[in-house]
Amino acid sequence: MLNQYAWWKYLIIGLVLVTGLIYALPNLFGEDPAVQISPARATVTLDQAVYSRVMDRLSRAEIAPDTAVLENQQLLLRFADTDLQLRAADTLRAYLGRDYTVALNLAPATPTIMQRLGLAPMYLGLDLRGGVHFLMEVDMAAVVRQSEEAYVETLRGLLRDARIRTTVLERPDSGGVRVGLRDAGDLDAVRGLIDRHLSELEVDIGNQGQTLLLNMRDEDIAERRRFALQQNITTLRNRVNELGVAEPIIQQQGSDRIVVQLPGVQDTTRAKEILGATATLEFRLVDEDNDPFQAAQTGRTPLNSLLFFNREGQPWLLQRQIIITGDSITDASSGIDSQSGQPAVFITLDGTGSRRFEDVTGANIGRLLAVVFIETQTEIREVDGEMVRESFTTEEVINVATIRDRLSRRFMITGLGSSQEARDLALLLRAGALAAPITIIEERTVGPSAGQDNINQGFQAALIAFALVIIFMGLYYRMFGLVSDVALIGNMVLIIAALSMLQATLTLPGIAGIILTIGMAVDANVLIFERIREELKFGNSPQAAINTGFSKAFSTILDANVTTLIAAIVLFGFGTGPIKGFAVTLSIGIVTSMFSALMVTRGLVNLSYGGRRRLQTLPI
Amino acid sequence: MRELIRDTRIDFMRHGRVALIISGTLVLLAIALFVVRGMSWGLDFTGGTMVEVGYPESVAIPEVRATLAAAGFDDAQAQHFGTSREVLIRIPPRGELDSADLSGQVLAALRGDNPDVEMRRVEFVGPQVGQELVEQGGLAMLYALIGIMIYVTLRFEWRLALGTIMALSHDALIVIGLFSLFQIEFDLSVLAAILAVIGYSVNDSVVVLDRIRENFRRMRKGTILDIVNASVNQTLSRTVVTSGTTLLAVLALLLLGGPVMNNFALALMIGVLVGTYSSIYVAGAGAVWLGLKREDMIPPKPKQEVDDTP
Repeated sequence: MLNQYAWWKYLIIGLVLVTGLIYALPNLFGEDPAVQISPARATVTLDQAVYSRVMDRLSRAEIAPDTAVLENQQLLLRFADTDLQLRAADTLRAYLGRDYTVALNLAPATPTIMQRLGLAPMYLGLDLRGGVHFLMEVDMAAVVRQSEEAYVETLRGLLRDARIRTTVLERPDSGGVRVGLRDAGDLDAVRGLIDRHLSELEVDIGNQGQTLLLNMRDEDIAERRRFALQQNITTLRNRVNELGVAEPIIQQQGSDRIVVQLPGVQDTTRAKEILGATATLEFRLVDEDNDPFQAAQTGRTPLNSLLFFNREGQPWLLQRQIIITGDSITDASSGIDSQSGQPAVFITLDGTGSRRFEDVTGANIGRLLAVVFIETQTEIREVDGEMVRESFTTEEVINVATIRDRLSRRFMITGLGSSQEARDLALLLRAGALAAPITIIEERTVGPSAGQDNINQGFQAALIAFALVIIFMGLYYRMFGLVSDVALIGNMVLIIAALSMLQATLTLPGIAGIILTIGMAVDANVLIFERIREELKFGNSPQAAINTGFSKAFSTILDANVTTLIAAIVLFGFGTGPIKGFAVTLSIGIVTSMFSALMVTRGLVNLSYGGRRRLQTLPI
Repeated sequence: MRELIRDTRIDFMRHGRVALIISGTLVLLAIALFVVRGMSWGLDFTGGTMVEVGYPESVAIPEVRATLAAAGFDDAQAQHFGTSREVLIRIPPRGELDSADLSGQVLAALRGDNPDVEMRRVEFVGPQVGQELVEQGGLAMLYALIGIMIYVTLRFEWRLALGTIMALSHDALIVIGLFSLFQIEFDLSVLAAILAVIGYSVNDSVVVLDRIRENFRRMRKGTILDIVNASVNQTLSRTVVTSGTTLLAVLALLLLGGPVMNNFALALMIGVLVGTYSSIYVAGAGAVWLGLKREDMIPPKPKQEVDDTP
């Protein structure tokens, strides 16, 4: 009896291994520290002229990039070390200003021919390359509250226009909108108004037709939440672009959470400020008929006005009605007002906003216009042992100026404290407002040196583990051990190939998973070899022993691996970040080790011993 | 043939009852430790802030503590991490401030003292996340056990499945117990290691069970104890070799993987050792103790009554 595979089985084994080798190959080239320059806005182009300017500036600073490639409106500069990279990034950031984003990046040093074929090295996780991971929670209660407050304002307008008088019109703490009618006879009129304009609300009538309680429908609330989350993701994406990060990840997690991963970012404090703040502007006319000081002292404000303060604590009475809000702003940039020399923010409005702004300013020339800056920050406080989230809103009048002319699409505001403040405000206005406040509930930051240490230590541990197992197998099972060593190397290639192909994120626990798989991968071979030894002891011929050994071990190998795979899949399903990385490599390792043990080992054994008729002993 | 273990005929099952009693006691002890002494829960589960910083030269911990206390972090713990140039600072969860920014303040304080302090790692976990991770972690372990139970029941027999689950729970609980006894920090990576141990240990147990099943069909004579004994002996060489290679790999991870991987590797190490023992004693002996009979393992012939009394 002989042990031989059909030619096509060898062909399949060969094809799989060669494909694996090709996919694993890009990992040999490592990554270069790089600086990536891209246009900050769609209107800016990055062409040959910019390229020349950048190269010129770098040579003046005596920083020489290894390569510089301009492709698809992106300029990628590779450097020999991170020191040069950081210096180049700082120089270019100062030189190019805010038309371009200058981001630190790790660029795969894969040869272009491989890149063309779509081959890429494994994607390193943040714990290996350095960077920030944030998990943010969107304050969904605020989303509903804001919607209900907007309904209150809409209703106030509608009732005023219909001349219906109310005793209360408010959003009670329990939620919804409460309307108290002075005259129960107005009930039908109010219901008519709601049916016509706010038909999406559910109406409950109580107190003999004197009060109405309006509630949003559940599906409406769900829709608003979805929208708020989506809007926040978009806004965060815009803000991250402003920060200048290569390959950021911004993803929804669950129903009210957002994951933000910023590879290479070091200054986490600034990143948090930019990501977490919600800032907007309101433009209001100043109430010049009443005395703000008196209102501030007595605490009583006139019906159609609200009391604000400026940074110095000076009170201002502003009209309740808002002319426009930050939502109408399409672009904002910071600079210096050429007349006063003060820091200024230049603002561009959208169509609706500019029409409204034009009308109001045109009709009120000579009057005072106030700009109110509103910033919301969220804090978590402990109240009676419970964690309670509280939003703090700072509202301050940052600028009051006489309307000299009809203002339209583009104009300027001044009155900010410093140029940095002007820059931050412009950035926040450009990037849009968050639909609801967000809180960072988890942060994991790894510095670049720690990331490098992690790679080195992980790699070293994996290498030593690999070497130890290979030496042991070779010594213990002699020729068959060497065969299994070849299969183990093939297994390693396949794991790396699979990770590269799937572009799964390789993390430090992922490396641990690979190391564990190295130890466990030989299990299948051990099972087979022990079986062959047993068969030989029973007095079977070597060829028969090989055949029975493989076939008897098969069901054991299958059962053992499937059960381990179940554990790995559960890990993957439950896992967040680091655990997931471990589960991925473990699962991949289980599958590849089965292939390498059953197919590759068998193929090699068949090839070397299977054809020998007069085989007396086996070197096992 | 080079053999570490040659044709053993150890009467494992003679000590089966004793082994089960010892294992049971250990498990009860582990549970008691978990309940009474509790775990040294890591940041992932308790919430809080952790900052790892690197100094250009060795730094004394009291200095770091003094700097932190001066900046208002009286409750901060500092310890060397890996080398004497790296310091790990932990700050318990705080309610009153937006704690996401504590790390920035810590770094600012340390840099005020020594501008060359390098940020190596920051981890902040909000209290709500920690609570969720505890729940999810417990559920994950439960799901893994149920999934394995179902598979082994389908492929083998329910007593063997239950024996396997006993072995797995035994391994997980003993690792947890040892982490509690020595108050070694229990974080997400240790939880992952325990799940990996479950995966490894089931692999080990299934190999033994597989042989038990095979021997029931092959050995017409002999009691259940004989069969289980023979099965364990026949697979002993494989068990030792595989445990050996896995331990070699895990040892490399423990010694070279760096301080971040330390507890993870330690949990794996304990788990593989206990898992090897449990696949020999707990899984097989457990099934026997649960009343495994020859009839349960022979595929029922048509129209033949199956004895299903326990």
